[in-house]
Amino acid sequence: MSERVGMEIALAAAETVALCRPDVVAAYPITPNTHIPEHLSDIVADGRLDADFICVESEHSALSACCGASGAGARAFTATSSQGLLYMAEVVPIVSAMRLPVVMIIGNRALSGPINIWNDHSDIMSQRDAGWISMFAANGQEVVDMTVQSFKIAEHRDVMLPVNLNLDGFQLTHVVEPMMFLNQEEVDAFLPEYKPYAALHPDNIVSMGTLALPEIFNEVMKAKDEVLKGSKKVILEVWKEWEEKFGRSYKPVESYRTEDAEVLFLAIGSMAETAEVAVDELRDKGMRIGLLKLRLWRPFPFEEIRNAVKGAKVVAVLDRAVSFGGPGGPVFSEVRSALYDEKDRPMVINEIIGLGGRDVPVGDFVKIAEKATRVAKTGPEEEYEIFGVRGS
Amino acid sequence: MNIVENFDLYAPRLVDKEEHFSAGHRACQGCGEALAIRLMCKALGKDTVIVNATGCMEVISTMYPTTAWNLPWIHVAFPNSASVGAGVEAGLKVLRRKGKIADRDVKTVCIGGDGGTFDIGLQAISGAMERGHDLLYVCLDNEAYMNTGIQRSGATPFGASTTTAPAGAASSGKSEWKKNLAAIIAAHNVPYVATACHSYPFDFMNKVKKARKVKGPSFIHCMTVCPTGWRTASEETIKLGRLAVETGVFPLYEIENGKYKMSLKPDKLRSVEDYLKLQGRFRHLTPADIEIIQKRVILEYNKLLDKAENLHSWSELEEK
Amino acid sequence: MEKAKKWPEDWQEITPGCMVSRPGSAREYHTGSWRAQRPVYDNSKCIKCGICYIFCPEGCISQDADGYFVADLNYCKGCGICAHECWTGAITMVEEG
Repeated sequence: MSERVGMEIALAAAETVALCRPDVVAAYPITPNTHIPEHLSDIVADGRLDADFICVESEHSALSACCGASGAGARAFTATSSQGLLYMAEVVPIVSAMRLPVVMIIGNRALSGPINIWNDHSDIMSQRDAGWISMFAANGQEVVDMTVQSFKIAEHRDVMLPVNLNLDGFQLTHVVEPMMFLNQEEVDAFLPEYKPYAALHPDNIVSMGTLALPEIFNEVMKAKDEVLKGSKKVILEVWKEWEEKFGRSYKPVESYRTEDAEVLFLAIGSMAETAEVAVDELRDKGMRIGLLKLRLWRPFPFEEIRNAVKGAKVVAVLDRAVSFGGPGGPVFSEVRSALYDEKDRPMVINEIIGLGGRDVPVGDFVKIAEKATRVAKTGPEEEYEIFGVRGS
Repeated sequence: MNIVENFDLYAPRLVDKEEHFSAGHRACQGCGEALAIRLMCKALGKDTVIVNATGCMEVISTMYPTTAWNLPWIHVAFPNSASVGAGVEAGLKVLRRKGKIADRDVKTVCIGGDGGTFDIGLQAISGAMERGHDLLYVCLDNEAYMNTGIQRSGATPFGASTTTAPAGAASSGKSEWKKNLAAIIAAHNVPYVATACHSYPFDFMNKVKKARKVKGPSFIHCMTVCPTGWRTASEETIKLGRLAVETGVFPLYEIENGKYKMSLKPDKLRSVEDYLKLQGRFRHLTPADIEIIQKRVILEYNKLLDKAENLHSWSELEEK
Repeated sequence: MEKAKKWPEDWQEITPGCMVSRPGSAREYHTGSWRAQRPVYDNSKCIKCGICYIFCPEGCISQDADGYFVADLNYCKGCGICAHECWTGAITMVEEG
């Protein structure tokens, strides 16, 4: 039976990865996700996990080694953040193109420059278009649950795509929370042995990673797009199965107190938990406000977003990354685009918060809610706002 | 020098007749690298997984939806042949240990050009060699980034004209000496390092077979002639490889557990001019340039002979 | 000389990851169409050493029933290595007409 344990979330992630029985772990340390590969190597060194832990000499090699291992038919895992993700960025779209079900946990951290080791989403947002399934966890329990789900989704024969699971660096990775842990039998029952579609072995010869000429490239990209979009079906199935077995429900977009809401927050990652507190406070004061938590980032949950905002007057999308000189934060621009063709749609405003680990207290969410209420009547004040900047 | 001494006339009959690298690949006419791959595969046999860096060989052999490979093969990107190979090796090892695949030795062999090995791939190969993976890395060195159009690499020889270090009114081509990769790899305590050339096919194939048997990392630096990039006649590919060895420009040797052993020791080295004058990429060299090259070739060759004579194998040094 | 090069008619036919599970299928492409000259064998001079077979970058030279060697003209690119390396000069390169 599952047991409730209090543990640092990064360590819990590592413990859960170990329960998923990866065959090869290739990872390079980078703050703030370092505890994940460190603890995994502890688990291997203690003989609790039969896997090869490759101490690669860079993140580029980490993801490359995972490609090789996955190509050979092994279950492969890596973890990184920020600059590490950018260093392996050359390989990131290749993994999805090659349909290798590598699972990667990202402890989201701000991209340099200037160098900053604390949390924001600029790292994962730079890899939006790579063709990976991308999910966000908002607390420790979600990290534990979604780690197991990631392997199952990735390896499903109708998917065969890499998955990245995002948790906020320091805000989640270094925080101690109580979580319901699964035991090995439960994980084994949920996550069967990996049976690759094809593997590098002389008994069944394949060439992986071939050259595609222009004459075929559009078709290849179409196929890649369709398979990512189609993976949503499997993701929902896995989440349904999870709820049946373990009683915890997962949806692409979670709603909190949105029934009669006029103002909505739309948040991604752990900031959603702080926003929840703000929603409760504001509801107590009589504001009709609710919260949407975006859990599934890729494939983008168009339908769920459109349904979730129905009836609201204004949606304040909270981003934790800037698209410099662009149309606002990444979540905002995608949500607004998703709603563009809707006949009745709310106003959508963008507040970019918490960059580089900047603390976002409940009071800031309250201020944003008040602004949203105001602009719902008076109209938008700017394209997007980087919230809480000192100076005018 | 009598070439026949190094050449068993009827040995071709004993070579594996199977073509693991099939015809129909799009390499240039007279491509030394394609020949080297073909020979290497014959020496490796079918229980091999090939990990290929981006480069000529990858591009000409796997134009979707066809492949010239009769062996399991993977290509990911340019700098990571060695790290993908490390992953393949680890994956196969773990799967075999867990009983998920047949209990049979399958060797991981990484191949890369001089670009993907000397330059952009150096970090990955250094890491893989240091970690001691059971893989063989074969560097197919045609002395420039040929696939992208003959640009200068760390393996380009002194004086060669390439598109990014061309000969012109103010320059004589590359002004740096070729990187000694075998020494760099040997410094990683790799038990078997060798240089080879397709023009000495049996020497090359024997070295591949020997490297394949090593339980741990091994490395072969194979010189491959590129008629397109070197501006040479396509039929002289084999001849040029021979000349490179006979002039001492590319000596053939092995470093086995620290002991240097010459594979071929000509009584007298030919003058480098015999080798250089056949190649368009050296066309611009003056007699003074050739003299500089000749002196340096002799120096490097003497350095090598010195190592072969004086360095001991690790086992000998242990006993002391 | 046929040049077999067929693209899938439908994007749904693209194999996962563009992987190719037909080893040696490059043979569908006849590189012999590239050449400007072709090797001609004079078997009276051939000593059946097999050097031409060893040095062919295409691997298109094979032995016939009598042990003489012959190049598969579907793939021979006419590089001339075989003629250049042949000990006895049994191979001559002849311009394609």
